Amino acid sequence: MTVLEQPGSSRNTSDLPGPPPAWRPRVDPGPLLPDAEPYRLLGTDAAGRLDPGLLTRLYAQLVRGRRYNAQATALTRQGRLAVYPSSTGQEACQVAAALALEDRDWLFPSYRDTLAAVARGLDPVQALTLLRGDWHTGYDPQEHRIAPLCTPLATQLPHAVGLAHAARLKGDDVVALAVVGDGGTSEGDFHEALNFAAVWQTPVVFLVQNNGFAISVPLAKQTAAPSLAHKAVGYGMPGRLVDGNDAPALHEVLTEAVRRARGGGGPTLVEAVTYRIEAHTNADDATRYRTDSEVETWREHDPIALLEHELRDRDLLTEEFVRTTQEGAEELAAGLRDRMNADPELDPMDLFTHVFAEQTSQLREQAAQLRAELAAEAAGHPEHTEHGALAGEPAAAGRSAQETRP
Amino acid sequence: MTTTAPETARKPATMAQALTRALHDAMAADPSVHVMGEDVGTLGGVFRVTDGLAREFGEDRCSDTPLAEAGILGTAVGMAMYGLRPVVEMQFDAFAYPAFEQLISHVARMRNRTRGAVPMPLTMRVPYGGGIGGVEHHSDSSEAYYLATPGIQVVTPATVADAYGLLRAAIASDDPVVFLEPKRLYWSKDDWSPDAPTQVAPIGRAEIRRPGANATLITYGPSLPVCMEAAEAARAEGWDLEVVDLRSLMPFDDDTVCASVRRTGRAVIVHESNGFGGPGGEIAARITERCFHHLEAPVLRVAGFDIPYPPPMLERHHLPGVDRILDTVARLQWESDWTEGCGA
Repeated sequence: MTVLEQPGSSRNTSDLPGPPPAWRPRVDPGPLLPDAEPYRLLGTDAAGRLDPGLLTRLYAQLVRGRRYNAQATALTRQGRLAVYPSSTGQEACQVAAALALEDRDWLFPSYRDTLAAVARGLDPVQALTLLRGDWHTGYDPQEHRIAPLCTPLATQLPHAVGLAHAARLKGDDVVALAVVGDGGTSEGDFHEALNFAAVWQTPVVFLVQNNGFAISVPLAKQTAAPSLAHKAVGYGMPGRLVDGNDAPALHEVLTEAVRRARGGGGPTLVEAVTYRIEAHTNADDATRYRTDSEVETWREHDPIALLEHELRDRDLLTEEFVRTTQEGAEELAAGLRDRMNADPELDPMDLFTHVFAEQTSQLREQAAQLRAELAAEAAGHPEHTEHGALAGEPAAAGRSAQETRP
Repeated sequence: MTTTAPETARKPATMAQALTRALHDAMAADPSVHVMGEDVGTLGGVFRVTDGLAREFGEDRCSDTPLAEAGILGTAVGMAMYGLRPVVEMQFDAFAYPAFEQLISHVARMRNRTRGAVPMPLTMRVPYGGGIGGVEHHSDSSEAYYLATPGIQVVTPATVADAYGLLRAAIASDDPVVFLEPKRLYWSKDDWSPDAPTQVAPIGRAEIRRPGANATLITYGPSLPVCMEAAEAARAEGWDLEVVDLRSLMPFDDDTVCASVRRTGRAVIVHESNGFGGPGGEIAARITERCFHHLEAPVLRVAGFDIPYPPPMLERHHLPGVDRILDTVARLQWESDWTEGCGA
């Protein structure tokens, strides 16, 4: 038996002086540890204390979210979106994240989190601009306090930490909530963001949507940790494991984490256990890496069905409520469909407008070149402009940048 | 901001001291300026450029971060999103590489991707270049990596006055600036003094450091003093060389460079960065595109070799020196029968 197989050398006593106290960890890891099983409310005795208003609000948002996902997926098939990473099955995570925040707080979404932005009140057409492809961000992040949808995994997490840090330095009680997937927890930026947040005691909540797969790679190939929530302990912040399909449970944990952060208690890592019912995107084939029967076991743990159960028990799932909820969801889908079926208005000259605050001479030349090409195209001569591509400046500028003999 | 003192009170300062003064004045002028990085607080930075800032402005304004470059730049992005002006210190050129994803994927394109709604007024200070006897990973010329990314300004001072003036301009800029500090000039002095009038230098303008008639040496940062020395030595050969200090690699001052080359008809670009894929190739192409009929000879380059940065005991062979510059100037086809110069 070696010391690796049986830790406990601390029980040995020594007459010699030990390491000076500076080495000691500063916190007791016990309270930081997550529970062994995901935290749940629906179907438990504790569900009785849940506010009926919250339950119906969550339900309406889940139903809208499911319909939104279906509509966005349909728009992809019709060629109206370049790509759509669906959050079908993960609606509880999206909705709970949005509802846990106050207006003054910030949301830092990944590319799969358009529904969280929509649940927060963002216009779905603006939320889908990136995925439609007419620009990278379709909304003003400052106005909505929603950071741009982030495609490089986990890279938005340090932004959330920095923003919350800056807010605290300015004396504002703003909390940032950043969303990342199970795959994203393997990225260096995940580690660095959690470490900075814990060291600075920044008011941030990290929500890991563990949906089982990073495209095709299952969690077992992603981590050897006891759970993703356990990773928090290494940084000195609490980690909490929650049933991500139990909307009231996740809402409660996130709301509590936001409250704690706002009060100066520092960051929290929340792992929401959920499942990606659809493929990674419309370009993915999920049958290559998972079985239909596995998907079916998760359909039985559907976030909407779970909540319906509770609402039915309390006689809250009235015909009237179901009908108005469905109508609201259909209205959202119809509006989205109509507006997405119109071609967006594009101005190619926008390509040069926001690279810098003040355009460089090089960009002015290139903008002039494109303007000339567009003019030639409009005049029916798309083949070439008056001057070659290297000319830099078109005839319209009054002179050619192409060198002339002195 | 202008302060003056009697001539007798003027004491020359080093480039490092001018940078410290620039940070100090920027922090005093604007409470949204925050300095952050490894060892920048209590220690004052490994080159002491942030010396005294934490003491004067507090550790919230000049903060020691955890040792993680991506985390430093990534959190600075979030701080800039909330209206601060972070000034990030990367400890050495080669230690900035972990921050590349944040720089390329976020810093450089945040303004563009949000149609101007989220500007990135942050400055990333990077001590760069060789010549100080640094061991591996302490002497890289990393400017070409930054220049390959649209959306960031790349600035490098070569004089003490510019160290002050360009850093003030970088911090005041509403766009991100990679501010490259030539390590081997940290201890250099010229006629700038903290008591003398201090001026903000505009980003994007090159400066003619030495007028000349026969050929133009185009350079920046650590190679400027070498070029000035070479230009002096060239007089003995009968060459009157003009020296252009670019100061800003992006935006690039085509006008000053091309006006000079059109006057002299010959150009040599000098930098420590390796030649293949280095800034010199781009500059030579720009000159050729714009000044072809004024050129008496091909545009030549004196650059670092295309090798990983050498160990300190061999670096003098790698760095552009006066002799190599003069040898290159000699190849600028001075003879009337220009074909003689071709094989050189």
